[in-house]
Amino acid sequence: MQAKAEGAARSDNAAAEQNIVQACWSCHGPVAVGDPFCSSCKAVQPPGQADHFQRMGLERSFDVDLDALEKAYFRMQRDLHPDRFATKTPKEKSLSQQQATSLNDAYETLKDPLDRAVYLAHLKGLDVLKEGCNALNDPVILMEAMEMREALAEAESADEVSDLTRRAQGDIADCEKELSSAFEGTDMDHIGTLITRLKYLRKLADETRFRRAELRSMA
Amino acid sequence: MALLQIHEPGETPAPHENDADVAVGIDLGTTNSVTAVSVDGKAEVLRDEDGQALVPSVVAYAPDGSPIVGGLAKSLIAMRPDSVVSSIKRLMGRGIEDIKSVAGHLPFTVEPAVEGESGASRMVRLNVDGHKLTPVEISGHILTALKERAEGVLDREVTRAVITVPAYFDDAARTATKDAARLAGLEVLRLVNEPTAAALAYGLDKEAEGLYAVYDLGGGTFDISLLRMEKGVFQVLSTGGDAALGGDDFDHAVAEHFLKDWTGKTPGSGAVKQAVATAREVKEALSADDQGTWTLELDGEEQSFALDRAAFEAMIEPLVKRTIRICEDVLDDADVTPDRVKGVVLVGGSTRVPLVRKMVAGLFGREPLADIDPDEVVAVGAALQAEALTVGSDTLLLDVTPLSLGIETMGGLTEKIIPRNTPIPVAKAQEFTTYQDGQSAMAIHAVQGEREMVDQNRSLARFTLRGIPPMTAGAARIRVTYAVDADGLLTVSAREETTGTEQSIEVKPSYGLSEDEMSQMLYDSMKHAKDDMTMRLLAESRVEAGRAVGAVKAALDIDGDLLGDDDRKAIDAIVAETEAAVAGEDRDAISAAVEKLEEGTRVFAEQRMDRGIRAALRGVEVERLDKAAHGRDQQGEEQAASSDDRPKSAEAGD
Repeated sequence: MQAKAEGAARSDNAAAEQNIVQACWSCHGPVAVGDPFCSSCKAVQPPGQADHFQRMGLERSFDVDLDALEKAYFRMQRDLHPDRFATKTPKEKSLSQQQATSLNDAYETLKDPLDRAVYLAHLKGLDVLKEGCNALNDPVILMEAMEMREALAEAESADEVSDLTRRAQGDIADCEKELSSAFEGTDMDHIGTLITRLKYLRKLADETRFRRAELRSMA
Repeated sequence: MALLQIHEPGETPAPHENDADVAVGIDLGTTNSVTAVSVDGKAEVLRDEDGQALVPSVVAYAPDGSPIVGGLAKSLIAMRPDSVVSSIKRLMGRGIEDIKSVAGHLPFTVEPAVEGESGASRMVRLNVDGHKLTPVEISGHILTALKERAEGVLDREVTRAVITVPAYFDDAARTATKDAARLAGLEVLRLVNEPTAAALAYGLDKEAEGLYAVYDLGGGTFDISLLRMEKGVFQVLSTGGDAALGGDDFDHAVAEHFLKDWTGKTPGSGAVKQAVATAREVKEALSADDQGTWTLELDGEEQSFALDRAAFEAMIEPLVKRTIRICEDVLDDADVTPDRVKGVVLVGGSTRVPLVRKMVAGLFGREPLADIDPDEVVAVGAALQAEALTVGSDTLLLDVTPLSLGIETMGGLTEKIIPRNTPIPVAKAQEFTTYQDGQSAMAIHAVQGEREMVDQNRSLARFTLRGIPPMTAGAARIRVTYAVDADGLLTVSAREETTGTEQSIEVKPSYGLSEDEMSQMLYDSMKHAKDDMTMRLLAESRVEAGRAVGAVKAALDIDGDLLGDDDRKAIDAIVAETEAAVAGEDRDAISAAVEKLEEGTRVFAEQRMDRGIRAALRGVEVERLDKAAHGRDQQGEEQAASSDDRPKSAEAGD
């Protein structure tokens, strides 16, 4: 028996190095790393360390097939959402909450082009700060932002504001296209600049929305 | 030969647990409450002998403090206004400051704040004919009555429920609702948002697909939710509302009209209650008729009022307009124009008012759906969800946080950590630092709401992270994590990263009950609280033992060949022992058996790991050969960082 246990410990190390198999917390048998359920006893497993693309079974790329993303998300939430564990043990409830939380995080990040770009850049080693801007002194972005702000401040009707929203949305779509091709290459500076621009444009689109709500409530 | 019963692992039903225990859906409303139960996907509303489904959410207290709930209590309002409480839902999770502005209009006598009282929370307390009661206790009395009524109708014990809350209910109000259920001896399987429950009732019924809006105007709350329904998935896209706007406000508007014309002195609380009761009659009558006359006797003086529908509508139009504006904002939030909405579901008794229907139809450009009784639709959805949670279901509800969750930062500003309309469950972390040299503690203040300034948002909880080791200002790294569970309840934890000093609290809202108060109430309300607790612990042990036995059986099915006859026999014996323990009533025996089971199968588990790892390594070997053949190298691609991308200035952004 002793020899057997040692044998298991040795292969355990080998497997840990490979990071492919771990012990199920419930039946203590082998589970492939990343599997949400134990293949033998079906117990839910911890969410593990997979990145968002791996978790959703997608290729690591800025161009995400949104339908495929959503299908994967719904399919996995169907099995992992806490609603499926309402009568299970506290441990299983807690693991399902962790799994569903990770799924929501992955889905929300990959669904949104800006969040996706920031995340993908992060995976590639570029951290774009939340509020800060990597290229604040980029005069083109600065001018564009100021011009739009001014137009927004001067807009007097909800319709005028809607025009500005449409303009911002058009710019956002263009910027996303540029990001898509930038991510094909390796120019991280360029990617950083585009992300900063996209942030500005998104913020602006939000502001037009607030402004419209404001004008509406004054009407 | 007897057939073996085969269950999915983990779903092995514990002995004694039979279908006598059923989970119900409860719509705990401001004005009325409804209970429903679902069996085989068919939900039915529970009715009394007279066919009445609606139980007025009204509680009358006898001189000895014992509660009477429902129609009888409602009929006592006129006679004994001081000992009857209605619309208590409006005060769930509220503090005294919250209700100051409406104090004159509320048919309650509110206890004055007790300054500096330790241990007691800032929750509102009512003085009902000399009895000091919190909204949680009063709601608990309503839930107890609903539970007993359901048990009578179903002729079974009812201990588990899905309870609905307005989507716009904040953390404090949600916690208060859960606490009320605990007082009533009900386990809350899930808090479900009312509009989501209504959508569930409609979606299943109609197999609807596409975008739907649920407009829910109840007695005291307004909710609007935009959902996408697709192949059994109900995904909430955005939600909004006003937790203090409802049909009651229509009544108050009319009552104000009555009292404004009153020539006498300031009306007492009894007079206000009578005016409000008559106003409600006006609302109901003018929803069907064009005009009418009402006589009101206030403080001994009689006066009659003639009102037509146009006059009534003029009084309530500003209120209805407010709901329409919130609808527009919610559509905007989801970036949806009204014409893309395929259907509008009406929920709540107040949607019977013609002006409401007219204005909703005007916004969405289509007649709203109301073919399920708007008073019952929420309970029906809750019952369906209760069945889904206990028995299983093909449908899935994906809900969101209604309000942003943030933290107070320097200067009394709010920093959002989880924005509104984020799918739940969710966890998000943010790092903060110290601003003084040698700072050893950090106060953390969690708030909920959309405003920039902390004091304009709702304070949820405060706690202090202590034991930060002395460092220069800005050197400590304090990671604050907000986690919201599937009930929409928040847990906050804080951790100093360089030393690992950690503190975590389940947010007990500033306006909630303290744990001490809760225990005392539980003690007072349940004479058999101890038995109840023992039963719950026993049930939990059985679920855990069922899980362990299921896991071992599944392992035996797959890897049983690893065991020699004797080892196999030994394990089978412990499994049988555990099952026997589960059949008994002794919790300690069950726990001991589970422990023995884990111990007795340890070597077997090692053998299984051994086999699994060998198989996996064989797989990797094959993969490696494949990769070598394709000459692919995945390294390198992840290390393209450039140090020039750092922000140049800390003043970035606005």
